[in-house]
Amino acid sequence: MSQAEVKSPEPVVEMLDVSITFGAVRALDGVSLRLLPGEVHALMGENGAGKSTLIKALTGVYTIDSGRVEIAGVETQFATPAAAQHAGISTVYQEVNLVPNLTVAENMLLGREPRRLGRIDRREMNRRAATSLLALGIDIDPGSELGGHPIAVQQLVAIARAVDTDARVLILDEPTSSLDADEVARLFEVMHRLRDQGTAIVFVSHFLDQVFEISDRMTILRNGRVVGERLVAETTQLELVQLMIGRDLQVLDRLDHAVQEAADDAPAEQRLPVLSAVGLGRKGSLEATDLNLYAGEVVGIAGLLGSGRTELARLLFGADAPDTGELTVRGSSRRRLRSPRHAIDRKLAFCSEDRKAEGVFEELSVADNMLLGLQASRGWLRPIPTSTRDKLVGEFMTALDIRPADPSLPMRSLSGGNQQKVLLARWLITEPDVLLLDEPTRGIDIGAKTQIQQLVADLAEKGMSVVFISAELEEVLRLSHRLVVLKDRRKIAERPNRGIDVNDVLEIITGERGGLAEKERADA
Amino acid sequence: MPETVSKGKALGARAMAHHLFWPLVALGALLVVNLIATPTFFNVRIQDGHLFGSLVDIVRNGAPVLLVAIGMTLVIATRGIDLSVGAVAAIAGAVACVYIVKSPADGAAATAVVAITMGLAVSVALGLWNGFLVSVVGIQPIIATLVLMVAGRGIAMLVTGGQITTVNNDTFAALASGHLLTLPVAALIALGVFAATQVVVRRTALGLLIESVGINPEASRLVGVRSRTIIWTVYVFAALCAGTAGLIIAANTHSVNANSLGLWIELDAILAVVIGGTSLAGGRFSLTGTLVGAMLIATLTRTIPNIGIPAEANYLFKALVVVIVCLLQSPKARAVLQRRGDRTPTGPSTPSREEAVA
Repeated sequence: MSQAEVKSPEPVVEMLDVSITFGAVRALDGVSLRLLPGEVHALMGENGAGKSTLIKALTGVYTIDSGRVEIAGVETQFATPAAAQHAGISTVYQEVNLVPNLTVAENMLLGREPRRLGRIDRREMNRRAATSLLALGIDIDPGSELGGHPIAVQQLVAIARAVDTDARVLILDEPTSSLDADEVARLFEVMHRLRDQGTAIVFVSHFLDQVFEISDRMTILRNGRVVGERLVAETTQLELVQLMIGRDLQVLDRLDHAVQEAADDAPAEQRLPVLSAVGLGRKGSLEATDLNLYAGEVVGIAGLLGSGRTELARLLFGADAPDTGELTVRGSSRRRLRSPRHAIDRKLAFCSEDRKAEGVFEELSVADNMLLGLQASRGWLRPIPTSTRDKLVGEFMTALDIRPADPSLPMRSLSGGNQQKVLLARWLITEPDVLLLDEPTRGIDIGAKTQIQQLVADLAEKGMSVVFISAELEEVLRLSHRLVVLKDRRKIAERPNRGIDVNDVLEIITGERGGLAEKERADA
Repeated sequence: MPETVSKGKALGARAMAHHLFWPLVALGALLVVNLIATPTFFNVRIQDGHLFGSLVDIVRNGAPVLLVAIGMTLVIATRGIDLSVGAVAAIAGAVACVYIVKSPADGAAATAVVAITMGLAVSVALGLWNGFLVSVVGIQPIIATLVLMVAGRGIAMLVTGGQITTVNNDTFAALASGHLLTLPVAALIALGVFAATQVVVRRTALGLLIESVGINPEASRLVGVRSRTIIWTVYVFAALCAGTAGLIIAANTHSVNANSLGLWIELDAILAVVIGGTSLAGGRFSLTGTLVGAMLIATLTRTIPNIGIPAEANYLFKALVVVIVCLLQSPKARAVLQRRGDRTPTGPSTPSREEAVA
């Protein structure tokens, strides 16, 4: 592997063999990172790969357990983020940490205001702020209130504030996630300017195209380890994604496709869709998307983190209100789903990826958790009779093999996998026509995982329409009859899952090899 | 059947872990203190077919706080709070009394019935307003109900024309001082509302849905719970309870003073709920706990003069008891007390760096 040994200048930051352990979890495992002046360095990796832990280790938020950090050749360990900032390492986080009701200049010089005779010298403050802003090509009035500017400008002000403290290293954590294309271009201009002035920039983003546009070099992390350091110019998107998700493509075979082919001979397209979305979209989460769901079919949604997978499911369920488009349920008159309640009444069900925040009621019993969906539909005046209750709970505890097999336990005492099964049972009890599953197997052990996969296959066989979202491409490919690929909040491909392997999906996502994806995009 | 070996011990531990254990201990302790101060404290006698005695007084005088606290429990369970209950009580009392005074037959039983109905109807309207602000407009409950807490007193003043309105209506007065089957009517009303609420909440799915909204509002929305209706309902119910309490208080004094009727009752009610083990963070609630809490507060109010605490130390003493009960009840505080003995400092791993330059 061509380790990018360039005639490099002295690195401003060199982290060597850094490890951090939280309890039993090795968050960073012998990670090395070097940042060179005048370079944009992308930090890549899936969720939980250790990107933010690494940033926090560098900036003194976390104490490292072993390894060394050298700043300009001097071994250093920052005790606090303030110490790191003092040494010229500035971080701008995704959410702008500024005060919206102060002026731009006040924000930029907060805590180090120029004083005259003990009073803040406003004139001088505005002058200094204007100078720094102009140096970055940001043309706004430093006396204006910060909150009155769009988020993108606020982000630029945050960056201006960060570099104003003589930053040698600027860390940008997901700076583009709430920006539109023009605003991204503006941010990149500022980044170019800073890079040319010799600042080392760390860029964290889930948007591959942006990473490839702006970065010079990248370090790829997976499960707390460095799996590669590359020059962007010598790397393809495909290679990067393979490194990120840890797939050795040569080894991949088509083990599950025998099952696959048998399942997909149902000519779905001739039937009426159970649910049909036309131009469904929402600003900042998903571009207008068409999608039809048919009975007895599993539709797999593939895409990287931030591609719009979750957003699509939430729009289909009415969990978020769409800005555009229409949803038709079973051919009935076109109308938008106003709320989850509305969707559930039309026999939709949605398991959120965020089990803890959006699914589980920790203090309630397993039985109550399981029956809440049905109970909510019946309303408070019609409690579920005890006999029905016991029958349903008993049935699903056995069918889904939920352990411990005591439905009176509080939900919080169950493992993640069993909680997930309870949530599935909750929706199955409501007998939905369409089941939207967002990461139903994330963070659960392999046994529960296979059980859930099996369940999904069985449900589709019995005529349910299932949408299956997972970060694990094999899982998506194993279960789905049809595949929808999302990238950068847009549907880029949709095709029957016939003879597709992980490699093909990655190629679609990264848009490499023969413009396959381009063709798909034109069709869509 | 479980093993019998450590049954006694396990039973003791289970009792101590019960959320009502410490409030009941505190209630018992207060009663014992009173018994020492006044050996006849527990005496109950029947006179003219009515029960009389300090214990009966406690239940009777505690009725308004209990009523308000029952409604407050459900509101708090949804992560809300209702500060306007005192003002609602005052408005309900004012409307009823003014109606009676203005009525040509101001002593008639029918007049009292109409007056009570009007008082309750107004309470429902006020509850609808609170519920609207919280569940439809989305204002934080503390702010939304603060509006009526402040404005409500003014409304009550307008109703009474700023005068202390005195009524002479035996049927109305019976709300507070009457007896039924030897028991005071006020206590019967409060206990009746308690029992009815308990049944409705636990026999229907209302309790479960209230708890789900309080435990996890977002998950409740995604599972299709009609949170808006539920939240609206509990505010209406809380106002209805508060209105009933206001009528009892007005009946007790045969008058209504818009400035003082039900003043600070919201705080006593919130206290009763918290003492009863319902978390202000919402979620699981215990109406039985609230009953114990309300009785504890009523007993406390009675204890202060009984054991001869000077009037000026009144509030301080009350505060002290409340703090002790809350501490006893807090699992964190109990854990700290238990651990005091065998605690060894096991802080986070210190950095084993050779040098630290900042």
